[in-house]
Amino acid sequence: MKVIYDKSPGLTDSALHYCPGCTHGIIHKLIAEALVDLDVLGSAIGVAPVGCSVFAYQYFNCDMQEAAHGRAPAVATGIKRVHPEAAVFTYQGDGDLAAIGTAEVVHAAVRGEKITTIFVNNAIYGMTGGQMAPTTLVGQKATTAPFGRTEALHGKPLRVSELLATVDGAKFVERVSLHDPAHVRRAGRAIREAFECQIRGEGFSFVEVLSTCPTNWGLTPAEALHWLEENMIPYYSLGKFRTPEGGSKND
Amino acid sequence: MGKVLMKGNEAIGSAAIRAGCRYFFGYPITPQNEVPEYMSRHLPEVGGVFVQAESEIAAINMVYGAAGAGGRVMTSSSSPGIALKQEGISYLAGARLPCVIVNVMRGGPGLGGIQPAQSDYFQATRGGGNGDYRIIVEAPSTLQEAVDLMQESFDLADRYRIPVMLLCDGMIGQMMEPVELREADRRPPVEKPWATVGTGGKRKPNIITSLYLNPAELEELNLLLAAQYREITERETRVESIGLEGARVVVAAYGTTARIVREAVDLCTAKGIPVGLIRPITLWPYPYAEFDKIGKDCLGVLCVEMSMGQMLDDVKIAANGRWPVHFYGRTGGVVPDPRDIAREIEVIAGRRPV
Repeated sequence: MKVIYDKSPGLTDSALHYCPGCTHGIIHKLIAEALVDLDVLGSAIGVAPVGCSVFAYQYFNCDMQEAAHGRAPAVATGIKRVHPEAAVFTYQGDGDLAAIGTAEVVHAAVRGEKITTIFVNNAIYGMTGGQMAPTTLVGQKATTAPFGRTEALHGKPLRVSELLATVDGAKFVERVSLHDPAHVRRAGRAIREAFECQIRGEGFSFVEVLSTCPTNWGLTPAEALHWLEENMIPYYSLGKFRTPEGGSKND
Repeated sequence: MGKVLMKGNEAIGSAAIRAGCRYFFGYPITPQNEVPEYMSRHLPEVGGVFVQAESEIAAINMVYGAAGAGGRVMTSSSSPGIALKQEGISYLAGARLPCVIVNVMRGGPGLGGIQPAQSDYFQATRGGGNGDYRIIVEAPSTLQEAVDLMQESFDLADRYRIPVMLLCDGMIGQMMEPVELREADRRPPVEKPWATVGTGGKRKPNIITSLYLNPAELEELNLLLAAQYREITERETRVESIGLEGARVVVAAYGTTARIVREAVDLCTAKGIPVGLIRPITLWPYPYAEFDKIGKDCLGVLCVEMSMGQMLDDVKIAANGRWPVHFYGRTGGVVPDPRDIAREIEVIAGRRPV
């Protein structure tokens, strides 16, 4: 019998704990496939965040460290400086990376740290139950913004890819989305390119993945994908913000 | 090798490299700046790595990553910076990662001052971070001892998979004195099969974490840590004591203060007062049992610190009501004068009115 689809050997056999319709599983798969395709699974060392993906270390079939909230890029720096040949990556949500860990990700980029950061932006704090994130859209409701985020009270959401694109040490910055299969494939390519950038020793590489949180958005998985496309992409434009060749190829 | 004249912070850096430290992550803060400065210049000479982090928080988390990856790693800071590292120290303890942390103490609280102090005893020995953990705390009294303790600090860290703090004060960090960078006793190297070095496709993944959502598993970790802390207490407690048997007064002091107390003891000996000294070298584990050696003629124990009385708690636990416990301290960066300490001893010995 011909095998046409299989679970990546880059993932363990642990059952994922994520909610139905959550896109973390897709991103895990894309990272695992990139590590296997690039033949670096055996040298890969990942860093898990605090948040919904806190248990990422149970799912990736490579050595893993669990970081304190927001500190994954600092932990990854320590790892990479000890093992320069390893493929080191952090996996972080928007609360972890864009709020408490802003300094760590910016300065990892400034140093041109040869690590890859996968940034999962679902515009909300998932694990703690739907609080407002730095990426929550204006008007979007959250348990700590019960009437919707207002610019007057909390400002506008942070665009991390655009921010990091101003940093010279960041050699690859791309924002992708998971709202349909074509964009999932494109996200997979971006993650692979980010790891290639690291493996070539060019500098810091970063992929922001627009993701859904059906549970805390109060939508069905299908509605959530539609909401992402309708509401997040207009504010968080997709495309490459920085590439090793230089300049922005923003589409 | 003969003696060389060195500044304390540089001697600490030099000793760390000689002890095999190859990774240093730090952030500037007075009065410890010569440690990272020394490391930035000399670690590359031995193939090591120095990174100046964006904060003390980032630095301690880089230490966590490097320690988890199997590196021999160190950071240094001073009191307010060590306060910022406490979250990371708790995680290091929870994930059972070896490292060395140098605290060159300055006065507090808050931003405090930049002069020598010993006001971080609680922070170091009681754990400034969350959770039920301990770290080994060593308190050198001289520059030579700081240098000599460095190899042992790294070896202890590896052996027990525990953070070790070298608790110095600004006096040790900033003072210049002759030191001998001699070969220290080394413990046998420790394998680190738990480290994240890449599976090579040959084994199951190694995971470094302090997260245990299952209460039974978390209790198991805490029981394991507690058993290890008992072993460390039994095997690694270090103390120097002098003249306890016939002492009328026993002084307890550590670090630079103990050095000053020796002068006070000499002043009292010259006046015919027998004075003993207990100088803890490890502050955790604390040498409580040493107090059992105090003779029957003791009228009281005097604890002297550059703080308002922090080690005092441990001295009271050790005394356990057997002798009155007195305290003399200067703080805020003021260093005690041996003559003032001698006067306190004379009062306890009944040679002076209160």
